[in-house]
Amino acid sequence: MKIVSLDPRVTRENIDAETLEGELQPLDHFETYEVFEQRKRGTHHVHVGNVHAPSHELAMVFAKEQYTRRGQCVNLWVVRTSDIFVTEYMDSDIFETTATKKYREPDAYKVIDRINAFKAREAAKNA
Amino acid sequence: MYGNAYVENPAATNSLTANEDPIKLAEFEARIAAGEKIEPNDWMPEQYKKQLIRMIEQHAHSEIIGALPEGTWITRAPGFRRKLALMAKVQDEIGHGQLLYSAAETLGKSREDMTNDLISGKSKYSNVFNYPAKTWADSAVIAWLIDAGAIVNQLANSKGSYGPYCRALERICAEESFHLKYGHDNVVFLATGTPKQREMVQDALSRWWEPIMHFFGPPDKMSVHTEVLMRWKVKMGTNDDMRQTFLDMYVPKIWDLGLTLPDPNLKKNEETGKWEYTEPNWEVFKQVINGNGPCNKERLAVRRKAEEKGRWVRNAILRKDAKYVTPLA
Ligand SMILES: [Fe+2]
Ligand SMILES: [Fe+2]
Repeated sequence: MKIVSLDPRVTRENIDAETLEGELQPLDHFETYEVFEQRKRGTHHVHVGNVHAPSHELAMVFAKEQYTRRGQCVNLWVVRTSDIFVTEYMDSDIFETTATKKYREPDAYKVIDRINAFKAREAAKNA
Repeated sequence: MYGNAYVENPAATNSLTANEDPIKLAEFEARIAAGEKIEPNDWMPEQYKKQLIRMIEQHAHSEIIGALPEGTWITRAPGFRRKLALMAKVQDEIGHGQLLYSAAETLGKSREDMTNDLISGKSKYSNVFNYPAKTWADSAVIAWLIDAGAIVNQLANSKGSYGPYCRALERICAEESFHLKYGHDNVVFLATGTPKQREMVQDALSRWWEPIMHFFGPPDKMSVHTEVLMRWKVKMGTNDDMRQTFLDMYVPKIWDLGLTLPDPNLKKNEETGKWEYTEPNWEVFKQVINGNGPCNKERLAVRRKAEEKGRWVRNAILRKDAKYVTPLA
């Protein structure tokens, strides 16, 4: 049975309604590229998603279509997903700042008490 | 999910958490309860993954197949501005499909496998797209009200627990507001136009009302199943809740235009604050979702044909050393 549609273009395709051949094979839709967008000069590029593409040139075309249809974009990066190295969420304790790294934080440095005590001492001396 | 209107997965009728490590499960549930998102390589219960793949995949298919009844009107859109707008909307929908396929891929199912399951009829898509868009007024009603229904679902689901799905939905919701405005504009134009135009839009609305009521899925029997999926923030509201939200937002706007809906029992109960209506025919719903609707065969045939026709090009440009890895986020 051939498909008969309200849309004459579909009817003209003369498509058989029953055949189920032509399964897609792995990589039929290519590999993926991750997309990074810079919305404004001076800001960081931000990861916005990925596209399936056969090459970086086409990845760029697809990324432009997919991620910059609206709003502003001044620059795009694409990179093959397989070229990205990532940490595991499971290991995210490696990012915890331990008490021993307190000296890296500005709030580890409190001088006001010492200054006030010094001033009080000096004032007492001169009184 | 896009319409919640899918057949339940029969394999998942037993406990969703059987065979799961109780300690990992508790950590997982605590993370969700604390409002944190789950990311692709996190530990997750088998059924969480399974239900999410099914849901996101079907949502993706709905975007792609949903573009067909509307796309058919691009060449016949009345006027250049509407043609441009409809092209933009249809392009957005295809884009939504791609974003969603990517989100589902992060859970380990390839886009090729999803497309195969769509074309073979194994995996479903929203039931409404098995109906024909007979006139331009149909395309207006679809763009306004089907998109409105989708927005109700998508907004709810964007607060779910799976990071990649939420991120995709946030992008999608931002674009949907144009679809809704565009659709409303078209319906208002017809409804405030000539008697012939009013007649067209009323006719389309009357034909689409039952599919729209079907869109949110059958009334939920509040099973243990639903409860767990809601605790996991996979399901963000019952089908009936979503339907009520939709009715509350849109029925008054439809009536404002002097249009009528083919349900004499449709009214808001001022005491309960809930809408009352005649249950749509769920037997019809079942028939259509199982392949017997007016356009099921055409939708899948067109989708299959597109794959076939594009194949030689894709094969010609495929890099010989391409290797697929699961997308990151
Ligand atoms: Fe969409
Ligand atoms: Fe839409």
